[in-house]
Amino acid sequence: MLKFALRRLGVAVLVALTVSLLTFSMIYLSGDPAMALAGETATQSDIENIRRVYGYDQPIIVQYLSWLGNALQGDLGRSHYLKTDVSEVIFARLPNTMILGGTAITFALILAIPLGVVAAIRPNSIIDRIALTIAVIGQALPSFWFALILIFFLGITFRLLPITGTSSWMNFIMPSIALGYYVTPGVMRLTRAGMLEVLGSDYIRTAKAKGLRPVTVLFKHALRNAIIPVVSLAAVQFGFMLGGSIVIETIFAINGLGFLAWESIQRADLPMMQAIVLVLSIIYILITFLADIMNAWLDPRIRVN
Amino acid sequence: MSDTGNKKTSSVPNVTTTPEQANEPSAMSAMRRRVFGHYGIIIGGAILLLIFGMAIFAPYLTNFHPILDQDLSNKMVPPMWHDGPKVNPVHPLGTDLQGRDYLTRLVHGAQISLLIGFAAMLISGVIGTTLGVAAGYFGGRVDMVVNYLITVRLSMPVILVALAVVSLVGSSLWIVIWVLGLLIWDRFAVVMRSTTLQVRNLDYVAAAQAAGCSKFRIIMTEIMPNIANHLIVVATLEMAHAILLEAALSFLGLGVQPPAPSWGLMISEGKGMMFFDPWLVGIPGAALFALILAINLLGDGIRDVTAPENRN
Amino acid sequence: MSAILEVEDLKVDIPVSSGMLHPVQGLNFSVGRGETLCIVGESGCGKSLTSLALMDLLPSKATRSAKKLVLDGEDLTKASDRRMSDIRGNKMAMIFQEPMTSLNPAYTIGNQLMEALLRHRSVSGDEARERAIFLLEKVGITGAASRLGQYPHQLSGGLRQRVMIAMSLMCGPEMIIADEPTTALDVTIQAQILLLLAELQKEFNMGMILITHDLGVVARVADRVAVMYAGQIVETGTATQVFENPTHPYTQGLLECIPIPGKTERGSPLGSIPGIVPSLVGDLDGCHFAERCRYSNNACMSGNVEFQAGIEDGHVYRCILDKDQCAANFAKGAA
Repeated sequence: MLKFALRRLGVAVLVALTVSLLTFSMIYLSGDPAMALAGETATQSDIENIRRVYGYDQPIIVQYLSWLGNALQGDLGRSHYLKTDVSEVIFARLPNTMILGGTAITFALILAIPLGVVAAIRPNSIIDRIALTIAVIGQALPSFWFALILIFFLGITFRLLPITGTSSWMNFIMPSIALGYYVTPGVMRLTRAGMLEVLGSDYIRTAKAKGLRPVTVLFKHALRNAIIPVVSLAAVQFGFMLGGSIVIETIFAINGLGFLAWESIQRADLPMMQAIVLVLSIIYILITFLADIMNAWLDPRIRVN
Repeated sequence: MSDTGNKKTSSVPNVTTTPEQANEPSAMSAMRRRVFGHYGIIIGGAILLLIFGMAIFAPYLTNFHPILDQDLSNKMVPPMWHDGPKVNPVHPLGTDLQGRDYLTRLVHGAQISLLIGFAAMLISGVIGTTLGVAAGYFGGRVDMVVNYLITVRLSMPVILVALAVVSLVGSSLWIVIWVLGLLIWDRFAVVMRSTTLQVRNLDYVAAAQAAGCSKFRIIMTEIMPNIANHLIVVATLEMAHAILLEAALSFLGLGVQPPAPSWGLMISEGKGMMFFDPWLVGIPGAALFALILAINLLGDGIRDVTAPENRN
Repeated sequence: MSAILEVEDLKVDIPVSSGMLHPVQGLNFSVGRGETLCIVGESGCGKSLTSLALMDLLPSKATRSAKKLVLDGEDLTKASDRRMSDIRGNKMAMIFQEPMTSLNPAYTIGNQLMEALLRHRSVSGDEARERAIFLLEKVGITGAASRLGQYPHQLSGGLRQRVMIAMSLMCGPEMIIADEPTTALDVTIQAQILLLLAELQKEFNMGMILITHDLGVVARVADRVAVMYAGQIVETGTATQVFENPTHPYTQGLLECIPIPGKTERGSPLGSIPGIVPSLVGDLDGCHFAERCRYSNNACMSGNVEFQAGIEDGHVYRCILDKDQCAANFAKGAA
C-alpha cells in the first residue's frame, strides 16, 4: 500500500509541474503580457514600467523558475488591479468555492445513490425507467439555464430562497442544486451498474443463504462493494466542480474563486488568472490523488498485502 | 409462447439448466433493450434532423434577418401564446430587446451551435483518437506518455482555461472552435485507448500481424472498424459537450460575440428582463435542451443497439 | 432414525423465451438425522436448482412447488419470506461450490463468521468470537484466533472452503446441503474436505444432502443415493444397493463409465453414454432417458414412467423393465 501511494504521489508531482508550466505560459497567449496588463490607455513608459516590475523583461526560463519558486513558498505574485497579494485574495475566497462544491456533491450523492440502488433492485421496472429518465434529462440541461429557471421559480415567483450573495446557508441551496444536478446521472448510472453486478455475485448468495436480513444483504454486503468506484467518481467530480463553478458563482454572485476568476478575466489581471488556474489544478490533482488512495484503501485486496 | 409439442427428435438442442443460466436474461428482454435503443435513435435522430433542417434552411424560414432587421419601436413583443396587446403574428416568437425577430434569431442560432459542436468534435476527435489508439496499440512508453498527457489535461479546469485563453487571444467563432477542440479530446483518448486494448489482443489482429501487414494497415483495417461504434458514441457525447461549453462561454460573454444569435448569448441578453419576459430566457434554453437531449439520445441509442450487453 | 427433511413432488419451473422450462420435475426423497443423501447426476440435470429450491434461493423468475416440503416437522411451503430467512443459516445451511468467490472480499472472515451467528442468536460479540474460533479449529484451521482478522483473499481455496463449512455450522444446523463442495478444489484437498464433512456430520448428528457428479465421492460418503437425470430421480437406494445392484440403465451406464484398475482392460474403450440430454422445455412424454437407452423400445416413449421396487427394500428405480432383466443386462455389460 505504501509503495502504491508513493508511486501515485510521484505521478501527481510530475503532473503538477507540467500544469504549472502550462499555466505560466498561458499569459503569453496575449502576445505581450505587459501590454495586456497595462491596458489600452497606457503610455509606452507605463508599459516599460510594468515590464520591469513584473519581470517580463527577463528570459522566460528565469521568469518561470522564479514564479514557481515563489509559488512554492506561497507567494503567487501581486494583483495589478487590486494592489494586494494574489495569495491573500485567493485563499480568502477559496472557502466559498469549497463550500459550494461540497454541498453540490453532497446533494448529488444524496439523490443519485439511493436512486441507483433502487433502480438496481428492480431493473426494468417503473422506478428504473424514472431514474434513467431523470438521468437523461439531467445530462441535457445546461447548468446556467437551469440556474436561471431555479431563480425564476424559487427565487422570484415564490420568493422561497435568496438569490445572490453568501449571507446565510440558504444562499447555497439553489447554487448547489444548479451545480450538482449535472453529476447526478453519472453517479446514479454507476451505482446502478455496480449494484447490478454485485447483486449477482456468489458472496451475495452466501449472505442470503446465511439468512441475513435483506437490508443487511443490500447495504452491508452489496453496496459496500458496489460503492467503491462511485467514491472515486464522486471525488473526481468534486474536483471538476471546483473548476467549473465559475458560471454558477457568477450567476448567484457567490464570492468564490470562480467569481474571482471571472472578475480577473474581465480586468485582464493576468497574475491573478494564472494563480487561480494553478491553485484549482493543484487542488484537483490533490483530490484525485486522495481519491486513488481511498479507492485502494476501500478494497482490502489492495490495502492488505 | 408456444410449446414445442412432443419432442422426441434427437436434433432438439440441449437445454441444460445451471442456476447461472436460469438467471440470464431471456431473449425477450434482450430484444426489449434493442427496441429501447431504437427509440432513442429514432427520437433523438428526428429532433436532430429537425434542428439540422432549421439550421440549413434558416434564411428561407422567415422573412427577417437575425442581426440587421432591428425595429426598436417593436421591441419586447411577447410570443404568440401570450395574450396582450403587443402580440404580433408576424413575430410568432416575439422580438428581443432590439426588436429583432426571435424566431429568426433562434433558427440562425442553430447554425452556430451545430457548427461549433461539429467542428470542435472533429478536432478533439482526431486528437483524442490518435492518442488513444496509439496508446492502446503500441502500449509501453507510448501508453505512459499518453496517460500522462491525459492526466495533465484532466487536471486543468476546462471552462476556466477556455475563458482565460479566449480572453487573451480574442473571441471569435473559430477561436472558440479551436480552443474547445484542443481541450475536450480527453474522453476520446480514454475510450479509444481502452477499446483498442480490448481489440488488440484478439485473434484476427494477431493473424494480420503474422501475415506481415504494416502497423498502419492493421490499425486501419482491423482495429478501427471494431472500435467504430464506440467512437461514434463518444463523438456524439463530445459534440453535446462542445455545444454546452460554447453556450456557457457565450453566456459569460466570452464566446461568440454579439450581435450573433448564439443561443447562450441570447439567454444572457435576456436574463436581465427574465422576470417580466421569461420567454427571452425560456426559448433559447429550451432549444439548447432539445438539441443536447437529441444528441444524447442518439448516442445512447447507438450504444444500446450496437452493444446491448454494455447497457448501463 | 426419523427424517429431518421430507420432500414430495418438488418441482421448479422457469419461464424462458421458448416456453416453460421444467428443470426439476416431481422429486421425492427424504433425509434422516445423521444420514447423508447423495444426489448424483451429470451437469445440468437439475441438482443445483434442487438445492436452491430447498433453501428458497431460486432466481426470481423461477417458481417452486411441492406436495410436501417438511423440515423437522415444519412445512416450508407455507413459510413466509421472513420465516425462511430465519431458517436459512440457522436450521438449514448451505455450502456452495466456488469457495474463491463465495466470501465477501471487503470483510474479514471473522466478521463474516460471527455475523452468521449474531443474526440468529442473541449472544455477545465475545461469545460469537469464541464459537468462530471453536469451529475454525474443528475444520482443521490452525491459528484460528489470528485467522479471524484475515481477509478472504489471503486464504487459499481449500482454506476458504473450510471457512465456508465452519460458517455453515455457526448456528448448529440440523440439516446441511453441500452443493459440489469439492469440485473446485485440488484433488488432494478433496479427500480431506469430504472426510471433514463426514466427521462433522456424525459429530453434530446433522442430516446432509451432498450434491455431486463424482461417483467416487458418492462411494466415500453416501448412506443413501439418489440418481438424477434430466430433472427426475431415476433411482434411489442405499449406497450399497445402488452400487452393487444398479438397476436403472442410466445408473448402470454411469458405473460402467468408471474405469476400474485391474478389471478394465488396457486399450479397451472407456464407457460412455451416447446421445445428449433432452430439452426440458414444455412437456416431455415418456422416459427422459429413452433416447439414449440401450434397452428402450416403443413403450418407453410415452406415458409416465413410475417407480418400481428393486431387488431389496427401499431400493426403487424408474423404468418399465423388470428388475431381473436389468440385473441380467448389467451382468452382461460389465463382463
